[in-house]
Amino acid sequence: MTTITKTPGTTAPSAGRAPEPKRDLKIATGLSHVALVAWALITAGPLLWVLLASFKSNTEIFLGKPFALPNQFSFSTYANAWSDAHIGRYFINSVFVVLISTAGTMLLGAMAAYVLARYKFPGNRAIYYLFVSGLAFPTFMALAPLFYILKGIGLLGSFTGLILVYIAYSLPFTIFFLAAFFKSLPYEIEEAATVDGASHVRKFFQIMMPMARSGLVSITIFNIVGQWNQYLLPVVIMSGPGADQKLLLTQGIAQISVSAGYQAEWSTLFAALVLTILPMIIVYAIFQRQIQAGLTAGAVK
Amino acid sequence: MRHGKYPFIIGFLVVPVALYAVFVVWAYIQAFYLSVYEWSGLGPVENFVGLENFRKMWDDTTFWQSIKHNIFLLVFLPLITVVLALVFAFLLNVGGGHKGGVTRGVWGSKVYRIIFFFPQLLALAIVAVIFGRVFGPDKSGMINGLFPESWSPWLFLADERYAMGCILVVLVWQAVGFYVVLFSAGMGNIPTEVYEAAAIDGASRVTLFFKITIPLLWNTVQVAWVYLGIAAFDAFALVNIMTVDRGGPDGATSVLSLMIYRNAFEFSQAGYASALGVVLFFLTLTFAWVTLSATRRESVEA
Repeated sequence: MTTITKTPGTTAPSAGRAPEPKRDLKIATGLSHVALVAWALITAGPLLWVLLASFKSNTEIFLGKPFALPNQFSFSTYANAWSDAHIGRYFINSVFVVLISTAGTMLLGAMAAYVLARYKFPGNRAIYYLFVSGLAFPTFMALAPLFYILKGIGLLGSFTGLILVYIAYSLPFTIFFLAAFFKSLPYEIEEAATVDGASHVRKFFQIMMPMARSGLVSITIFNIVGQWNQYLLPVVIMSGPGADQKLLLTQGIAQISVSAGYQAEWSTLFAALVLTILPMIIVYAIFQRQIQAGLTAGAVK
Repeated sequence: MRHGKYPFIIGFLVVPVALYAVFVVWAYIQAFYLSVYEWSGLGPVENFVGLENFRKMWDDTTFWQSIKHNIFLLVFLPLITVVLALVFAFLLNVGGGHKGGVTRGVWGSKVYRIIFFFPQLLALAIVAVIFGRVFGPDKSGMINGLFPESWSPWLFLADERYAMGCILVVLVWQAVGFYVVLFSAGMGNIPTEVYEAAAIDGASRVTLFFKITIPLLWNTVQVAWVYLGIAAFDAFALVNIMTVDRGGPDGATSVLSLMIYRNAFEFSQAGYASALGVVLFFLTLTFAWVTLSATRRESVEA
């Protein structure tokens, strides 16, 4: 269900000869490489360009020649971006919010999914379908009411409000996915634990959670990436007086981009972008396989 | 053995259900409710107008313009992305031909896959900022910078005719890698013997692609189509950050999501925004239903 990064070609070779003539094969392989290299360049090009431009002066940027090396590697643009443009603060805000909200999503989502998947009680299906139906509704529909609900309980423009909303909107998918996962786990170990007198809570934390580890990892990655990349919810919720200290990274970058436009001062923006993208590249380089598996897990279902 | 079962169940469910009820369920109920009121967002909700908001929509040129742009994305985003992703995934997994009787991908396919996938990790908001500059309308833009010195700069996003095309390009740029990985995973589950048997029968690579890969991947392609269609109804971050005058020039990139946001938070039209939200909901649902039923086929078991 979730193990998906299996490539062919590694399976045992079987007898059977390819009828394709060698020359045709070479041409086809060559064309394949041309297409693949072209797309790799299209993908990496803009990112590389951002990196180069982040070291350039404004004059150099307007010179054209986008992929020329900068005259000198000056890091002053980075210092500007980090402190004057507040990228540092936005970054810490984002990390803080995503850490707490993903942890909360996983804990609450796993608890609800477990109970809904493995306990029989009246109303079980009703609650399950209530959660899952959330997947069908576009978030845009709820924007205005959500704003006034938060305003009503005084959580507008607060991290608490944002975190609670992140958790609430991440629950449908988390529960949908984890409930299926908990259902697929064997019942024998749990029964043995019951015989030994383990409480329900203990069974959940000490037996089921460890058994569900692979599913939990996939969906944790899915939620981290999803919440880290949120733009719409922070724009709606982190508004009002005093909110400018609490912007998240996505919002912050968008704002810097607008002000950079007014002042035609692009190098700070490019440095800010690099500071945002670089950590993602590092994390991706380390956890590349898990991230691909986690993000595609949702669509494989 | 059963002791404490109900306290346990309630204890585990109460917090998630409460959060979900307040912030999600209640918000959606309110959205339906507000759609038949005229409400600025301040003061009590009392001006019941029935279907007036929907009639207003019917006469709203921005609304039809936005729908047109959403449909443009809805048609081309899934089409282009799925075709590109299928071709790349096929090249990566099967394109290397057969050596020693084994069907394989081209050399370096792992590296390609890693590079292709990366944009998926970037927030659409960040991508929007990057491409706002890539499409810069003077020499400081990446594409204009690459053009020969003698060319006068292209306007891209500032040109009504091409602005929507630019949005589409960016969405495709970000999405392709994800679907390459998704389709690759699906192709990995197709037994190599199937390809080999076909190859022995003299099937060319093109035949393999259309007669084996596509039919066996059909379910995944369907899912991809629905996902991309739903993404086509969003595009908010791109339009809000990247375009001229947010949705411009002259409404040339306005989409439903942006309309909802602006009516709710900038034009003090919370009721109208909710009505637009209801329309968006039914459009999304219709799209998913039409896609799934129109593309239903006898699924082929590998």
